[in-house]
Amino acid sequence: MNEYILLHADNTLIIGHRNSEWCGHGPILEQDIAISNISLDLIGQARNFYQYAAQLRNDGSTEDSFAYLRDVREFRNCLLVEQPNGDWAQTILRQFFFSNYQHVLYSELQGSSDLELAAIAEKALKEVTYHLRWSSEWVIRLGDGSGESNERMQKAVANLWSYTGELFMPAPCEKMAAEQKIAPDLLSLKPKWEQRVKEVFAEATLPFPGAGFMHSGGKEGKHTEHLGYILAELQFMQRSYPNAQW
Amino acid sequence: MTMHMVPSHIDTSSLTKEETHAWSVLAEVMDPEVPVLSIIDLGIVRAVEVEDADVAVTITPTYTGCPAMDMIRVNIKMEMMAAGFKNVTVKQVLSPAWTTDWMSEAGKEKLKAYGIAAPLVKQQVCHQELFAPDEAIQCPHCDSWHTRRISEFGSTACKALYQCNDCLEPFDYFKCH
Repeated sequence: MNEYILLHADNTLIIGHRNSEWCGHGPILEQDIAISNISLDLIGQARNFYQYAAQLRNDGSTEDSFAYLRDVREFRNCLLVEQPNGDWAQTILRQFFFSNYQHVLYSELQGSSDLELAAIAEKALKEVTYHLRWSSEWVIRLGDGSGESNERMQKAVANLWSYTGELFMPAPCEKMAAEQKIAPDLLSLKPKWEQRVKEVFAEATLPFPGAGFMHSGGKEGKHTEHLGYILAELQFMQRSYPNAQW
Repeated sequence: MTMHMVPSHIDTSSLTKEETHAWSVLAEVMDPEVPVLSIIDLGIVRAVEVEDADVAVTITPTYTGCPAMDMIRVNIKMEMMAAGFKNVTVKQVLSPAWTTDWMSEAGKEKLKAYGIAAPLVKQQVCHQELFAPDEAIQCPHCDSWHTRRISEFGSTACKALYQCNDCLEPFDYFKCH
């Protein structure tokens, strides 16, 4: 159960952190604000999950110790969320894949037999709906835009598609959560997710890639090299100045 | 105290004198990001329980990542202690999820006077339709409906950025949520 909560906490923290790297560097001011706001929502969700995990564990763990004092192998986020921002197309596409996943997941999770998880999902679903709409529109705008924007979207699809399979490969904790009716069966969510991708890609004039080789390992703590760099930046203060507060 | 300070989901007839006092204290705690609104106007106070000199306040965040929550929590404690309460606990609940429907009418008036367009009654943020036409939002400065959306995300997570096509003033719109 704790593992299951941490998996969602880590997913939302890491993609929230990635998006926050755009703060001050967005292509235009409004979109800089948009991606920063989305970051804030995601990191807020991460806090809710971490706080709940800390409360259940009841061993002195806190939201901060989870975020700042665990090393790469202890993080359970999927590989998709730690992939580099690349250009705007790649960031947008990563957000679209992830928001789409969150949308199908939280829609079910809000009916969880675990009331706290249900509440976190119910609350977050409103924001996720917004993120999904925003990122869908951008995928279409770029895919169906100029020759260059279409080319960049295609490149982003080529870079990221093989990281999407892991979202729906259940880790042991996800299987257990589904058996206990705490969480939905991931495999049952996949067709809904694919349907949405197909619809948006069709409008964006992007080919739907279909089945193929998929990376995995993040949910077991086997990450790409990128996560270490993210944590180096994210955790620097607490590592160098333990218990520093501001 | 006037009863409009207490949100409509609370049965005021069952309130004790001390609880009424606690609610009136909360009516003085302002939202740090929109300082004309009290947290009661905003609709984020869900329950107040008083036992002897102790008070427990239950609040709910507007948005999951709202950075003002920690500050609001501190401000509630300070105001309650200044009002004579001894132990003050502030609890957070997530469900039922906050909605702009809980914002008081008085709050919406204050927002407009402050230059922020108040949320519409109809829930429009959570729809899924892509490239939907902009919501018709009335300019809080000149009351024109001839406005356009500049950005779906504004100065804070709860606002979108609009501009009036008549008086040309940009303004924030408190998104319906």
